[in-house]
Amino acid sequence: MDVTLVAQGLVSGVLFGGVYSLMAVGLTLIFGVMRVINFAHGDMMVWGMYLAWLLATRLGIEPVLGFTICAGALFLLGVAVQRNLVDRLGDAPHEMQILLLLGVALVLENLALMVFGPDPQRVRSRLALWTLWIGPVFVDMARLVAFVVALALTCALWVFLQRTDLGRAMRATADNPYGALVVGTDVRRVYAAAFGIGAACVGAAGALVSPILPFSPSVGLSASVASFNIVIIGGMGSLPGAFAGGLLVSVAESLGAVFLSPSMKELVSFGLLIVILLFRPTGLFGRRA
Amino acid sequence: MTRGALWLGAVAVAALLALPAVLNSYGVTVFIFIFFYGYLGQAWNILGGYGGQLSAGHAAFVGVGAYTTTLLSMHWGLSPWIGMLVAGVLAAGLGAIIGSLGFRFGLRGFYFVLLTVAFAEVCRIVTLNTDAMGGALGLYITFTGNPWHLQFQDSRAYYYLALALMLLATGVVAVLERSRLGAYLLAIREDEDAAEALGVDTFRYKLCAIVLSAFLTGLGGAFYANYLFSLQPNAVFGIPLSVDIIIRPVVGGAGTLLGPLLGSLILSPLAEVARIYFTRPGWTGLHLVVYGLLLISVVLFLPQGAYPHLRSAWTRRHANDA
Repeated sequence: MDVTLVAQGLVSGVLFGGVYSLMAVGLTLIFGVMRVINFAHGDMMVWGMYLAWLLATRLGIEPVLGFTICAGALFLLGVAVQRNLVDRLGDAPHEMQILLLLGVALVLENLALMVFGPDPQRVRSRLALWTLWIGPVFVDMARLVAFVVALALTCALWVFLQRTDLGRAMRATADNPYGALVVGTDVRRVYAAAFGIGAACVGAAGALVSPILPFSPSVGLSASVASFNIVIIGGMGSLPGAFAGGLLVSVAESLGAVFLSPSMKELVSFGLLIVILLFRPTGLFGRRA
Repeated sequence: MTRGALWLGAVAVAALLALPAVLNSYGVTVFIFIFFYGYLGQAWNILGGYGGQLSAGHAAFVGVGAYTTTLLSMHWGLSPWIGMLVAGVLAAGLGAIIGSLGFRFGLRGFYFVLLTVAFAEVCRIVTLNTDAMGGALGLYITFTGNPWHLQFQDSRAYYYLALALMLLATGVVAVLERSRLGAYLLAIREDEDAAEALGVDTFRYKLCAIVLSAFLTGLGGAFYANYLFSLQPNAVFGIPLSVDIIIRPVVGGAGTLLGPLLGSLILSPLAEVARIYFTRPGWTGLHLVVYGLLLISVVLFLPQGAYPHLRSAWTRRHANDA
């Protein structure tokens, strides 16, 4: 096996992992705080991608900057879904939440299909024209930028959760919603914020990935499944777990594409999932449920 | 079940048996889909409705069933009548694997849902990339019209076959409702911790439920293959089929005997109308948007599904008559 090829796979795996991590961080935040699995996660990402595409093609805004607008729009969508739909369920059994969000996923995916059509799109970014060479290994600028921004956003989220009042309220609610309510936390506001931030994360991830991979409305499902895998592997509800899981899965897929075949890369992450479920079902960073 | 309900059921079955005599061929097709999705919904109901274990990847079992019968018949000339049972067993085996992974260590709900989706996706990807299984092009069955190959010139034969499958699954669920297994499943659905505390082996019964449900769904896959004559990985393993399977029992009333059938009676003709009118350019996807909105509305406004409401309306009218 060619060492350069492996090094190349490793580098692109790590760089792409940033986006995976950001996706999974959004999902795990929503799950950790509210015990809700956002089945519409990947489809929210698709809307992030198309928003970035609209911004780039209509207004000439590069996704590197446009991701802020995408994140903002998805934040509003997330808050709206939480306030108007999830919140109304009250104490209904969790399968009702899942069905509800499956409904949201269907609506989002197929609205995208109706508006943008089934043909794959890609954002032409000027960044994609630059590459950096480290010896024989090349670094794609668009990936590097996506990685740096995703990393920065995850760190910002971490600081937000540790240092701000709202962030503390979120962690408190995640630990014990009833206790948080008793000490006067506005739990509904915390939930809306958590869903909004989770959706914003995946919206930003969508914008960042839009110059790297071609996309169509149907990629939402595979993005959802990828996020689920990562979150289970990392440990559901754990932020560091989602981050590490994202990098791990991305590197594994990238190396899988080198060693096996590119079409088999999803199977590598799935194999990883099964191994984790067999030997450490709470995930790498998970606490007991 | 009351005597009146039994009579009603007998009349309904008799009417369905006689129905093809007055239906045109299009009507027969619509009813075949009503029965077929009613059947799949009923199979899902065992695990999702009674057991409360939401599978969002039941398409995996349909696909395994469909591909198994077709490949066996193509390569070894095995009749789909026998291949169907092999298909059911293989689907049940897949169900056992998913169940034993997903139900281990007291992992609850969420893991299971994600796992079912992931398994269905993996089946899809593997099939897409396996040339021996037709790859992305899929498999096509040549029509011989030989009943031994589960192929019929007359679509009414499929009508009766689909009806028989639906009645079979409904019979299985009716027996299940009265059995110990059924009682255990209800206990698990309502409060798993309490059930476990009372000594119910929750792992074992959840596993029973998924194996039974997967077996029946696998049989359905065999029917699917031999009715439509073509198999594409995206169609038989895709999430839209899983949603098609889930949405009928949920709309009709999950965890009730007649809910899946009622749901299919409501939704299958609608899906057929949607397929005809919404497939124009620019309209593709609209019927799934409608499905999504329907799912959201049912969950928010009619969380028990339609059947319990129909039932209480019926008993009220009867009470007034008496």
